Amino acid sequence: MTDSAQKISAGGTNFQPVLKCLAVKKYYGAVKAVDGVDLEVLKGECFGLLGPNGAGKTTLVEMLEGLTKPDRGRVEVLGYQWGSGDDRAFRERISVQLQETQLADKLTVAETIRLFRSFYHRGHSVDEVIAKTGLGEKRTERVMKLSGGTKQKLALACALVSDPELLFLDEPTTGLDPQARNHIWEIVEEFKSRQGTILLTTHYMEEAARLCDRVAIMDRGKILALDRPASLVEKWVGKEVIEFSAEEAVDGESLKKLPGVKDAEQRNGLFILKAYRADQALPALIAEMEKKRIKLTRLTSRPATLEDVFMTLTGGKLKNE
Amino acid sequence: MSESRIHHPLIELTISRVKETIREPEAMFWVFVFPVLLALALGIAFRERPPDKIPIAVDRRMKDADRVAKMISKSAQLKALIVGPADLNQYLRVGKVALVISRSPEAVPLKSGKAENFPGGTGPEFFLIYDAARSESQLARLAVNDALQSGNGRMDVIALQDRLVKEPGSRYIDFLIPGLIAMNLMGSGMWGVGFGIVFARTRKLLKRLAASPMRRSHYLLAYMLSRLIFLVGEVAGLIGFAWLVFGVKVHGSLIELAILSVMGSMTFAGLGLLVAARATTIETVSGWMNFIMLPMYLLSGSFFPYSRFPTFLQPFIRALPLTALTDTMRAIINQGTPLFHNWLELLVMIAWGTISFSVALKIFRWQ
Repeated sequence: MTDSAQKISAGGTNFQPVLKCLAVKKYYGAVKAVDGVDLEVLKGECFGLLGPNGAGKTTLVEMLEGLTKPDRGRVEVLGYQWGSGDDRAFRERISVQLQETQLADKLTVAETIRLFRSFYHRGHSVDEVIAKTGLGEKRTERVMKLSGGTKQKLALACALVSDPELLFLDEPTTGLDPQARNHIWEIVEEFKSRQGTILLTTHYMEEAARLCDRVAIMDRGKILALDRPASLVEKWVGKEVIEFSAEEAVDGESLKKLPGVKDAEQRNGLFILKAYRADQALPALIAEMEKKRIKLTRLTSRPATLEDVFMTLTGGKLKNE
Repeated sequence: MSESRIHHPLIELTISRVKETIREPEAMFWVFVFPVLLALALGIAFRERPPDKIPIAVDRRMKDADRVAKMISKSAQLKALIVGPADLNQYLRVGKVALVISRSPEAVPLKSGKAENFPGGTGPEFFLIYDAARSESQLARLAVNDALQSGNGRMDVIALQDRLVKEPGSRYIDFLIPGLIAMNLMGSGMWGVGFGIVFARTRKLLKRLAASPMRRSHYLLAYMLSRLIFLVGEVAGLIGFAWLVFGVKVHGSLIELAILSVMGSMTFAGLGLLVAARATTIETVSGWMNFIMLPMYLLSGSFFPYSRFPTFLQPFIRALPLTALTDTMRAIINQGTPLFHNWLELLVMIAWGTISFSVALKIFRWQ
């Protein structure tokens, strides 16, 4: 599926790839952190990398950022391969925000941004970035006194101060409260609206659905699926998810044959119907249960989300086996 | 607050480094206040004063104990205590007195050895009881002999007169201050650079910087440059303090002292960089720091001359960077020797500094 999916671009006005991975591998001893990844990110696109912890997202991103060397394969960033003699010129054009980075505690917000600005030949002024990221009130505050959300904003400000063409964001909102998360998203959306390209890794499906034009779902070093969020949902889950529990055992195979149902599975005692059409699947399910005289103890129906795709590809089925 | 012009990254990095250090009150204490307190404490503890008189016990049972005590007290080196027989043994044993004068050979029971017996005739006038292994007692023996002999009418055969000299820079505090400056340059250089770098590495800040177009050498140079800024305060502070409080004078050239301080600081910054080049935890780097600095604290003669160590250790001790810095520092401050007289020491420092800096650059771990 990846071949056709890669040709789909969304949001971008230009088909020129900004990031390119070809058969990239990175092993740490017996651990296949990244095990043959191909992908292309187009200009102006926000590309999401989703996967559970240990899926290899960070290793892949660090190879793209030129911080780690791939064992095999080819990585191109803005048409450049890291280590081929001009790294600094290309570092001028990209920016990164690493999830675990803790900036110097004793410097203030403005001093930190200013330091990062000094590394680049061109970019925004410190004041511009402070205004853009809403850090105005905190500009003379020392980093150690900032909340988690504000620290992430500062990390983002340090990444944006060079006015990069390509921005790497590694779990930018992990551990933040919903309000802080929303702030970060707004900043990222503003960058995106100016044709900036983004590679984002995240745990949060909601974040990927909101920000990303395309997402790749990654697990155990491989990309399992890659497409627009809506297409992924459609392809792997359908449109609706019907969840119910019953007092007696239900034959899974019979559920799959119900009209409008794409797939069915049982997870933690809960039956999950992935349906193309809830208006067909729901009455059919109820009729079937009545016919078999099985009493439903709980029944809900909701729109399918990326979360369901994620569970389908990495969680649910893998765990049940 | 309007924005001032953004400088060259090396300058911005150095300014940031300086600000970070200044905003760490504890670090400031150890770098600037602690050495001064140490100098003050040691300076007072070992200040110049006339040597103490050696206490001598006079056995109270002697009828002329008072007269003997007076004779003893006339000596410039001795003072007499009249002590009852019950305490004589105890006083001698704990060193409260250096020697006991008695007419009874058994005034102090001997644990080992034997008192000399004088068969027949007239026995000795006094018994002098002391431990010959104690140098103070040996001194006391000579002075007591003089005091008793002249007190009983011995005339000096020839006249002698003492003339006491005072060499500049010969007091302990004069010896101590250059040693403290050198030691402080080592400590702050190694800790300031090594700790800061490993801290930034554990917090993944190094990795973040490596992802920017910052020149990596600028980052490391900024650490060295910020050391130079603090150096002025460290050295000038101690020199000024020692001059004001103890009258310690710099006999050599201040410019050469400045050059030497810079060289010393860079040497230890290089070593600090090397120690921090690969360590990924604060514990590792602390361990290595101590492993490297402890032998130098002990051997390099900061507090007492290293000539007291065995001969076979001397070449090794002199090859240590702290020894080289301390010796050159003393030569300039105490003797006023021109800097380049100590060219061998300077070479030792340059070798340590450049080798460790270049190895550090090669093996440096950014993430």
